[in-house]
Amino acid sequence: MDLIIAIFTGTVIAATPLIFAALGELVVEKSGVLNLGIEGMMLMGAALAFWAVTAGYPMPVAILAGALAGAAASLLFGVLALTFLTNQYAAGLALAIFGSGVSAFLGRGFGSEPIEALRGINVPVLSDLPLIGPLLFRFDPMVYLALVMFAAISWFLYRTKAGLILRTIGESPQTSHAIGYPVIRIRYMAVLFGGAMAGLAGAYLSVAYTPLWVENMTAGKGWIALALVVFATWRPLRILLGAWLFGGMTILQLQGQALGLEVPSELLSALPYLATIIVLVLISRNRQMLALHFPASLAKPFRPAG
Amino acid sequence: MRVAAPVLASVLTLVVGSIFFASLGHDPLPTLYAFFVEPLNSLNGLSEWLLKASPLILIACGLAIGFRANVWNIGAEGQFTMGAIAASGVGLFWPNPDSVLLLPLMFVAGMGAGMAWAAIPAFLRARMNTNEILVTLMMTYIATLFLSYLVHGPWRDPAGFNYPQTALLPTAALFESFDPAYRLNPSIFITVVAVFVMWLFTDRSFLGYKMSVSGAAPLAARYAGFRESAAVWIGLMAGGAAAGIAGMAEAAGPLGQLSPQISPGYGFAAIIVAFIGRLNAFGIVLGGLLMSLLFLGGEGVQMTLGLPSALTRIFQGILLFFLLAADFFIFYRIRLIRPARDTHALETA
Repeated sequence: MDLIIAIFTGTVIAATPLIFAALGELVVEKSGVLNLGIEGMMLMGAALAFWAVTAGYPMPVAILAGALAGAAASLLFGVLALTFLTNQYAAGLALAIFGSGVSAFLGRGFGSEPIEALRGINVPVLSDLPLIGPLLFRFDPMVYLALVMFAAISWFLYRTKAGLILRTIGESPQTSHAIGYPVIRIRYMAVLFGGAMAGLAGAYLSVAYTPLWVENMTAGKGWIALALVVFATWRPLRILLGAWLFGGMTILQLQGQALGLEVPSELLSALPYLATIIVLVLISRNRQMLALHFPASLAKPFRPAG
Repeated sequence: MRVAAPVLASVLTLVVGSIFFASLGHDPLPTLYAFFVEPLNSLNGLSEWLLKASPLILIACGLAIGFRANVWNIGAEGQFTMGAIAASGVGLFWPNPDSVLLLPLMFVAGMGAGMAWAAIPAFLRARMNTNEILVTLMMTYIATLFLSYLVHGPWRDPAGFNYPQTALLPTAALFESFDPAYRLNPSIFITVVAVFVMWLFTDRSFLGYKMSVSGAAPLAARYAGFRESAAVWIGLMAGGAAAGIAGMAEAAGPLGQLSPQISPGYGFAAIIVAFIGRLNAFGIVLGGLLMSLLFLGGEGVQMTLGLPSALTRIFQGILLFFLLAADFFIFYRIRLIRPARDTHALETA
């Protein structure tokens, strides 16, 4: 029983950074912009949040610092991709490299000591319920925040006018511009939001998930988040499900190592990456399903004419 | 004008670098000198410069062939790793360690492994419509883990005091340096040939032209009957082969054995080199020399001034940012447009 609880809660926790990063990227891509730099923005968020905790700031401030760091990093991409109309693949890659360098630079003085991790909530009565308590009511606040963000983003994209405008811009910036919507400004906002979400994802890694600083600690989670958006065929609910699937994969791998399976640990560590490839293949084979929710102007630079 | 952007970007990177050094409390000019000039002040420095530029240029040539056709192989690091593994495998386990065929066999093995590693994303993209950016990157993580498995497990040197590394490659499996005092070796000629082949392909062959059309105008390419899957295969195979050969040359050159860290990020830096070089053979040579200097400078200031080696990656990122931004000012003309109300007022006046 304890093992099942451990696997369930571990899955939810491991999925949380992926949910933040992938939901943020979803909003960016729905506006027609492809930001490949999630890995860099996550690392910036992780470094800043970790620094804030060691500098003695309270936890919420540290997490906010992480979000701001991610947003600041995304602004670099935004200026290049939206104002300077550069190739979005190249700008995103530059951000990924730059973010990993800057975070490693900032993190050189952090030492290898773990910090006190973000604590789980404690709701009177509910958290103490047998079974249901540990399964549902003892996570740290950011796990719940990720779910709130999921609900908010689903509602925003599909139930508000602003969300409709954002999706319209992603489908046809020319039409949106002709109608009079400020395409570039809205795309900037989407990019900044995506950056802040990636920053939150990074902050979660360094102050809650591992509570220590390791160079390049994201280990590809930013890229897996990118894959999740494709896997989800640009739909929020599937991002949630996909993140849990990957979270489960991570936890099974850790449990497998703990149980001392007769398999090289490297093979187990490679599982999430292998799974990403397999899942991408399964989804991408069906071109129609991809095309249905694919933002038609994705990664195409847009320059308002006249 | 296309040449102006890289020059402008390099100058701006230097300016930002000076400000950065100054803010860290280091006098900018001596620091820049230590970063960009001191490494080249000696014969050994020059040898190291070319030694590091060689894999960067080689890989960038292969990648650029793909990038021209909008085939985004960003997993050269993994193909490099697999090339090094396969070549070292041949070098370590070939029955006759004195054979003169050893180096050529390692060359073939390294190239083959790089291509095989790139063939998976190529197949998945061409047949299964799977995004090659994500697949090549995931394959890089897997290759790194595979290398770690080999050097910690079956390939670990039994006489190596439990260090995670293989035995040293036999002498016949190594490129002999030009001069025993320096590490530069004849593998640099492979790069010279690759640059020439790349130039022939992109500037003098119909196939290369078709690839460029696929990248610049996919619809026109389709209308002209150029197959997209051919561009995908050629693009990824070129990158995989180049990265695999670079991995082989690294294993048979400066490394001489495998350990968990065999690349200081050549595969990723080569992407930037390809862009700085404007996806053009001779541009890539200059870009590779510049990037190699960034690596050397980063190592240099780490040793002399105690600055972190992460600076190299920061400078790489900044350089690419500036390069992309500089393009904008070169390819577009900036015009200030008055707000629409003003023209309205003019019309009514």
